[in-house]
Amino acid sequence: MSDELYGKINASIVDGDPDATVALTKQALEAGLEPMAIVDEGLVPGMNIVGDKFQCGEYFLPHLIIAANGMQQALKVLEPELKARDQAVEVRGTLVIGSVAGDIHEIGKSLVGTIFAANGFQVYDLGVDVPTETFVAKVQETGANLLGLSALLTTTMTVQREIIEALEEAGIREQVKVLIGGAPVSREWSDTIGADGYAEDAMGAVALAKQLLS
Amino acid sequence: MRPKLNILSEELVEQIIAEGFELLMDPGVRVHNEEALKLLADAGADVDMDAQIAHIPESIARQALETRPSEFYLYNMAGEPVVHYGGDSVQFDPGSAAINILDSETQEQRQPKTADLVKFYKLVERLPQLDAHSTGLISTDVTEEIGDLYRLYLALHYMSKPIITGAFRKDTWWTMKDMLVAFVGGEKALADKPIAVFDVCPSPPLLWSDLTCQNMIDCARYGIPSELVSMPLAGATSPVTLAAAVVQHTAECLSGVTICQLAQAGAPIVWGGSPAAFDMREGTTPMGAVGTWMIDCAYTQVGKTLGMPTHAYLGMSDAKVVDAQCGLESAGGAFMAALAGVNMVSGAGMMDFESCQSYEKLVIDAEIIGMAKRLIAGVEARDEPIALTLIRKLGHRADYLSQMHTLQWFDKELYIPSEVIDRGSLDGWKKKGAKTARERAKDRVNKLLASYEPSPISDELRTELRQIATRTAQKFGMDELPPLPQE
Repeated sequence: MSDELYGKINASIVDGDPDATVALTKQALEAGLEPMAIVDEGLVPGMNIVGDKFQCGEYFLPHLIIAANGMQQALKVLEPELKARDQAVEVRGTLVIGSVAGDIHEIGKSLVGTIFAANGFQVYDLGVDVPTETFVAKVQETGANLLGLSALLTTTMTVQREIIEALEEAGIREQVKVLIGGAPVSREWSDTIGADGYAEDAMGAVALAKQLLS
Repeated sequence: MRPKLNILSEELVEQIIAEGFELLMDPGVRVHNEEALKLLADAGADVDMDAQIAHIPESIARQALETRPSEFYLYNMAGEPVVHYGGDSVQFDPGSAAINILDSETQEQRQPKTADLVKFYKLVERLPQLDAHSTGLISTDVTEEIGDLYRLYLALHYMSKPIITGAFRKDTWWTMKDMLVAFVGGEKALADKPIAVFDVCPSPPLLWSDLTCQNMIDCARYGIPSELVSMPLAGATSPVTLAAAVVQHTAECLSGVTICQLAQAGAPIVWGGSPAAFDMREGTTPMGAVGTWMIDCAYTQVGKTLGMPTHAYLGMSDAKVVDAQCGLESAGGAFMAALAGVNMVSGAGMMDFESCQSYEKLVIDAEIIGMAKRLIAGVEARDEPIALTLIRKLGHRADYLSQMHTLQWFDKELYIPSEVIDRGSLDGWKKKGAKTARERAKDRVNKLLASYEPSPISDELRTELRQIATRTAQKFGMDELPPLPQE
């Protein structure tokens, strides 16, 4: 019975059917299955298959994003039950991400945020044109160990440097690894402004984050 | 008859336009600019000042379509109308605002400096296939805050053709305007005979940022043409179906035309864009994708139906080196644009999405443009009868090379490329060094640069331009501008 349900949850993630993932997750709870087991046996293996299919070129970004959304929605359903048992899904790290002040480009950083969430990170996406002090406050509030700063313009990439300076002033630069991204951004720029890293794409950013946190 | 591509059926055009108008009302357009919101509210739009959303009735947008010019000209330094925005005129300028240049020697991307911009402008000046300049590169030897105006400052020293440009900030627009005014000798002269167009870019979906909206309003007030660069990314920042992406483009452009005309009725404005068919594997915005070209051609048709002058970013490549992909993508887009009758096609020289310019690609693209222009000039009868008299005269002799008819028509009928295109024999090609297209392009770059004649602008004007640009540079902590390279 439980194996069959786990298999269905698994398939709903792989097939990209978030409504089914949520419904099956509820059904599994009602059947008395342990919430942590639903995560480990149902959701995570499904997400891993999606990740593999994406890596080998069989799946595309919409598959990945929709599967990740299904998993997130299911986790929301499970959260109260996990809390009641004093349990929490293990997170690889906590990422605060956004486009810097003056920059209204959305899609790049949203994609990176979603891919991080799909890889087991807790993600706080602050949106676009985020004031420097909001980044600093959110890192303080969440105790995040990763900060992602997106800038798509030559005129806004300088704000990435200002944010790193603001982290130093707030005395929290050591707690957080700063990852930068955006079209005009390069490894050289990352070194210049004292960021911890730069990656070419969302997948590269996740790999970099895992490496920085290990 | 001129060959013409109409990619949409008339019914589909009508439906796209109808849905575009409807989007202006629901969900409305986000406008992060106080002045524009006020203009819209005063005109009768339902404006939520707190949420900064304007719900614009079709009647207001229709009124704007009544007052916008359906055509206008850009002028060269001699005061001649050389670029016609309107009808099915097709003209080309380079892709603009690249953050990198592909180094001629290493063929690797690096950050551009003053000398690169100067080289770029001289090259554009010497390529007859290009009808206008663009501020194609962002120089990194000046402070970022003046990146936009410094491009124009340099261009004004080297150009005789008009220029497509744009501002990166609200305040630097004024410096750019001041330089243009100084260049042509007054605000009225600039409005009467514009030499520059400013790109203004709404952000998908349905957003006017403060900066770009203000640039558009300021342009309108001074009679300087602005060019809407709406860029739905199909499947990411707009719906994935091509027609739906065009609906979003329509709504964004309609809102732009409306704000522009409310700021100043009769101000010249262009229906343009830089959309992309989002890449679902890499998460990138390919300019060489056939879907991208199709969206461009479709919105061009919509713009023409509404009587607007048109623009598109086409004829670019996503390749990182000047290779086969680079050529095939650039040619595909440029040919589609020419057939669609896009008034200004921006993109020559551009690669790696819209991030890198290459001198070698620029001269190869000039050949593509030459061919595209020849294509749309079409096949004409030329003689009456077309052939009977001449063929009967020669009978069965293959002796057309010796005919005056051939001498009269060959260079009008046949596009004759530069040495960048190899049409020699195998042995002939080997004797010339067995060079690739990129290597031949590099030779041509050097040859063209050597043939550049210095601009005749006066020392007084040079001084004035320098003073205007330096004043703004100093506001951002830069005491002096880099010197111009010695001629």
